[in-house]
Amino acid sequence: MTEAQLRDLIPGVLAALVHRGADFATAEDAVQEALLRAWETWPNQRPDDPKGWLITTAWRRFVDLTRSDAARRNRERRVSDEPPPGASASVDETLQLYFLCAHPSLSPASAVALTLRAVGGLTTRQIAQAYLVPEATMAQRISRAKRTVSDVRLDRPGDLRTVLRVLYLVFNEGYSGDVDLAEEAIRLARQLAATTDHPEVAGLLALFLLHHARRSARTRADGSLVPLADQDRSLWRRGLIAEGVAVLQAALAKDRLGEYQAQAAIAALHADAQTADETDWVQIVEWYDELVRLTDSPVVRLNRAVAVGEADGPQAGLAALAELDPTLPRYTASAAYLHERAGDIVTAARLYVEAAKQAQNVAERNHFTLRAATLRQRVSKATE
Amino acid sequence: MAKYLLLKHYRGAPAAVNDVPMDRWTPAEIEAHIQYMNDFAARLEGSGEYIDSQALAPEGAWVRYDGEGKPPVTDGPFAETKDLIAGWMIIDVDSYDRAVELAGELSAAPGAGGKPIHEWLEVRPFLTAPPTVTE
Repeated sequence: MTEAQLRDLIPGVLAALVHRGADFATAEDAVQEALLRAWETWPNQRPDDPKGWLITTAWRRFVDLTRSDAARRNRERRVSDEPPPGASASVDETLQLYFLCAHPSLSPASAVALTLRAVGGLTTRQIAQAYLVPEATMAQRISRAKRTVSDVRLDRPGDLRTVLRVLYLVFNEGYSGDVDLAEEAIRLARQLAATTDHPEVAGLLALFLLHHARRSARTRADGSLVPLADQDRSLWRRGLIAEGVAVLQAALAKDRLGEYQAQAAIAALHADAQTADETDWVQIVEWYDELVRLTDSPVVRLNRAVAVGEADGPQAGLAALAELDPTLPRYTASAAYLHERAGDIVTAARLYVEAAKQAQNVAERNHFTLRAATLRQRVSKATE
Repeated sequence: MAKYLLLKHYRGAPAAVNDVPMDRWTPAEIEAHIQYMNDFAARLEGSGEYIDSQALAPEGAWVRYDGEGKPPVTDGPFAETKDLIAGWMIIDVDSYDRAVELAGELSAAPGAGGKPIHEWLEVRPFLTAPPTVTE
């Protein structure tokens, strides 16, 4: 059993404890400890029924935790050593855990941490390493999040959009440390897609798969960025692309379009092009129009302007850009790119220098600085 | 072991010997510089002396308390601010001499013309916890 397969059992185990009357916060601790116990003992002797083993072990731990808690408060409380009989948790109850971990009363950072631990089965240390914060800080963030949601009743359906937003944040964090957050987000999205047939869940999963397929082509060995047009498309993982396209098509067939399906459709059109020149930019612009309609997001309008620049020429792109707020993130970088495409190398070089100053990560900053230097070299060669 | 901060400035440090802004370098020179910095950090990780390094965006703001019940005042960024920190590396080394030696190597990162920048880096020791044995 791989680590991922073991962690796939976690939401069901936690839901079973909650179903049998355990409070979420204590149950979550108990499940985490049962998971650690599984790591220690399973290599020697793997139980026939891993999930049943986890539920029994977690329940006993829950009883211990509750008893010591009750003793501290000097109050007697009867809890059985064995899980009370009863149907195991339903799919809906598992889904409720996702809603709880992404509850709107939580900050995005807290919802992400709680989701990764309670639904993802990652340890606090793994989550802390992935987000480059001290373990004690992450432990506090998680226990505060658990306190915040402790009074939330699990009997009403939550808002699926907040769950999707949390998974999107996890995916976008990418990978640092020994936990691959992109892989983890995909695993959780797959799990979620197995519990609900909402087309936006499928749309998000498709979006993840299609972007993940390009990952090894997106950066060089030294960490520098490779723009989409320059990527070695033979490095794209065809299996993931085929899966992403299939998941997306099934979602689109339900005719309930949402922003993740539209984003995935754009990613699918890129994946579909054998070379950058074959990209169907006209259709991509149409999908951006849908996205603008669905989200009214200025960032989407910015990306649309760049796509218009490819579909209808750089001047059309610059005209679309001119209608937007110049303080938008990546506005300057987009302007630099469109001026470069329009052949105005001097302006483009100046804007790339400006974009480097505004960059929000080192890889992007290096990339824009290099673009500026490359264009300047071209200018000086032309004037020699 | 003692920790030191190696501080790099956008502005405020004395001028480097090879003082050409990065956007005036050739692409190959920029790549060589980035490679040197990556290799340097990797080497310190290998020797067990590396703690952390971070780069900062050039623009920030000044913030101060403005009294009970009021939101903090923000101001700036001020173009005329003399000192502007670009980023840092934190190292944990045996001696001050070693910290200076490493700062010297970092300052030798190649710049325009592929030649060392000779930029000035600030070396600042961390204040430590009080020692257990005091007499």
